[in-house]
Amino acid sequence: MDFDLSDEQRLLKESVDRLILDQYQFQQRKQYMAEPAGYSAAMWSRFAEQGLLGLPFAESLGGFGGGAVETMIVTEAFGRGLVVEPYFATVILAGGLLRRAADQALIASLVPQITAGRLKLAFGHVERHSRYDLANVTTTARKDGAEYLLSGAKSVVLHGDAADKILLTARISGAQRDRSGIGLFLTESDAPGLSRRGYPTQDGLRAAEVTLDGVRAVALSDDALPLIEHAVDEAIAALCAEAVGTMQVMHDLTLEYLKTRKQFGRPIGSFQVLQHRSVDMLVALEQARSMAMFAAVMAAEENPIERRRAIAAAKVQIGRSGRHIGQEAIQLHGGIGMTMEYSVGHYFKRMTMIDQLYGDADQHLAGLAQLGGLFGATS
Amino acid sequence: MDLNFTAEELAFRDEARHFFRTAIPESIRAKVAEGEGLSRDDMILSQRTLNQHGWATPNWPVEWGGKAWSPVQVYLYQDEMQQANVPSPIPFNVSMVGPVIAQFGGQEIKQRFLPMTANADIFWCQGFSEPGSGSDLASLRTRAERKGDNYVVNGQKIWTTLAQYADWIFCLVRTDTAAKQQEGISFLLIDMKTPGVTVRPIVTIDGGREVNEVFFDNVEVPAENLVGQENKGWDYAKFLLGNERTGIARVGASKAKVARIKELAAIERSGDRPLIDDPKFREKLAAVEIELKALEMTQLRVVADERKLEKGRQNPASSILKLKGSVIQQQLTELVMEVVGPYAMPYQRDFDGRNEPVIGPEYATEAAPMYFNYRKVSIYGGSNEIQRNIIAKAILGL
Repeated sequence: MDFDLSDEQRLLKESVDRLILDQYQFQQRKQYMAEPAGYSAAMWSRFAEQGLLGLPFAESLGGFGGGAVETMIVTEAFGRGLVVEPYFATVILAGGLLRRAADQALIASLVPQITAGRLKLAFGHVERHSRYDLANVTTTARKDGAEYLLSGAKSVVLHGDAADKILLTARISGAQRDRSGIGLFLTESDAPGLSRRGYPTQDGLRAAEVTLDGVRAVALSDDALPLIEHAVDEAIAALCAEAVGTMQVMHDLTLEYLKTRKQFGRPIGSFQVLQHRSVDMLVALEQARSMAMFAAVMAAEENPIERRRAIAAAKVQIGRSGRHIGQEAIQLHGGIGMTMEYSVGHYFKRMTMIDQLYGDADQHLAGLAQLGGLFGATS
Repeated sequence: MDLNFTAEELAFRDEARHFFRTAIPESIRAKVAEGEGLSRDDMILSQRTLNQHGWATPNWPVEWGGKAWSPVQVYLYQDEMQQANVPSPIPFNVSMVGPVIAQFGGQEIKQRFLPMTANADIFWCQGFSEPGSGSDLASLRTRAERKGDNYVVNGQKIWTTLAQYADWIFCLVRTDTAAKQQEGISFLLIDMKTPGVTVRPIVTIDGGREVNEVFFDNVEVPAENLVGQENKGWDYAKFLLGNERTGIARVGASKAKVARIKELAAIERSGDRPLIDDPKFREKLAAVEIELKALEMTQLRVVADERKLEKGRQNPASSILKLKGSVIQQQLTELVMEVVGPYAMPYQRDFDGRNEPVIGPEYATEAAPMYFNYRKVSIYGGSNEIQRNIIAKAILGL
């Protein structure tokens, strides 16, 4: 048992940490967000040069061959920088789905484009009333020759407006919430019948509403729910690490502020009530970090129940720790924490939105409870 | 990063699991599982069994019966012991006075005390806190004046756990009233049978008699019972308090408690179903389990790190173990009480005995007392507020 990184992982960590430190200061991030796409094309190329876009793909395809620990290293650093590029949507989420669903020929043709930075992807699955239920799908898929025609509407498709191709869920058979009969499809984002409305999200990233009216699409899987669940669990593990990055910065910024801000003739960090609250932020941070590691290790677990328990537990911890640290960070900063021009609020917003992604803390707590908890489970 | 144990570590874990579940009588482990108080004989039998196996004092120097185990082995030993509901070796003996004597005592005092301490031939208690010196321990006033070959001790200790069982007490006493507070304290061993020592019980809110006041009235203590040097006792006390870093989280014990709660909640009914099938109850339990899992991971991070840190340095994460571990232990006692519902109410026992036969299910009898009793966990050993002060200063630099 050890928590050490391998030499290769350490190199990866050093290079990503350096990139964030050099290229992702708060003012630089503002400039990236001001670009027409809402992120930096140059930064995307930089990710490609450093091999980050090929992170989860096999080395034989030109990828980095990384697993969940490598993903954790990268996304935690991205959390510290509040990266706005469509990395999560393209590499983590869509990348994970492609690895599990696409045949070798398709993967061999797409992965080199992704790693080179020429292909961006998105995953559309949320619908008006689906909430966090991945099995709740009303978008329909009608067979047409070798392909399918999709009709319906997808909401909050992360970076859907930047994507060149979009992965979509649609129902081939069964009722609205049946676990079987859900297909995973791939289509061009400019396919006839597909329309997109892009918009910024609360955390400075982008998303799109996507409507589908007889859109021609290739089926990657006609019974996709299990593989989607696994890919989403891996994506949640990545989000947990990103969240830890945001929490770390909120904790550090707050601590620094307590040491430098003076009132009543002394640093406010000399007041015990603020010291204790700062300690509680540290406790929340370390508990979250522990669970993000647990999630990374368990993300590859093939037993879906064991994996689900671990990922759900991690998402609950992240959600609760993140909310606590975020709210306290703002409170302890006072007025300055409320301003758009200061950084801490932006971390708070990203952390808050991570809780709204793929199930919030309450949702996952209910799920974990239903599975009988973590220890000596009674089933 | 690899969270799997090695084959050797797994073999050690299995050995520990087998040993703890076979060598220690079921009757004692059942008491621990339900939170019933242990008798003096229970504690001594349990410790002697461990000691015969060489497992009572793994944290001591090897020449005095220590094991020089790896941090992972120490972790597995504690985890398996707690999960099997085996009583921890008497902490006053094994975690407190033993290591201090072994570290700071002369050869003679080591020979005199360490083997008997390991085997529980001496039952120790700890004389640190005083009525006026709780969190501010260094202000203690119990006085030890050197007169010829003796110290003459006068004063009072309080919250002395299991003093009624103890043969000896290790005390912090003031030997220099002129020096700075921390520099006038010595570490003295006192036979409880010495004339002038009086023990008076303090009954706690659960009805238990666990803690005491200990009075010293012109108690003559041979000077050879001083550990280490005079006026260096504060350093030894700090060593003692900083000794136990990981076991204090009591993750294994909390895991055992979670398993027990699940068993009991499957027996108790809520409406037309077992309580364990009540989604609201399950969520409450799951929420504690998540904190416990996170704490277990944090503890493993500390354990893994101990192999690399030079002695004396601490992983920042270690400081949260007591803070979080204590709260989780308390939350679990609340859940047990919730499980037994109205059967938490009957007051089943005091010193004079208990209701016979018990009212309601046997396992309900300790539910409320344990909840009341466990409020202590965030108070003793440096209250959680003191822990926060320490973390703020030592880790956060505030």
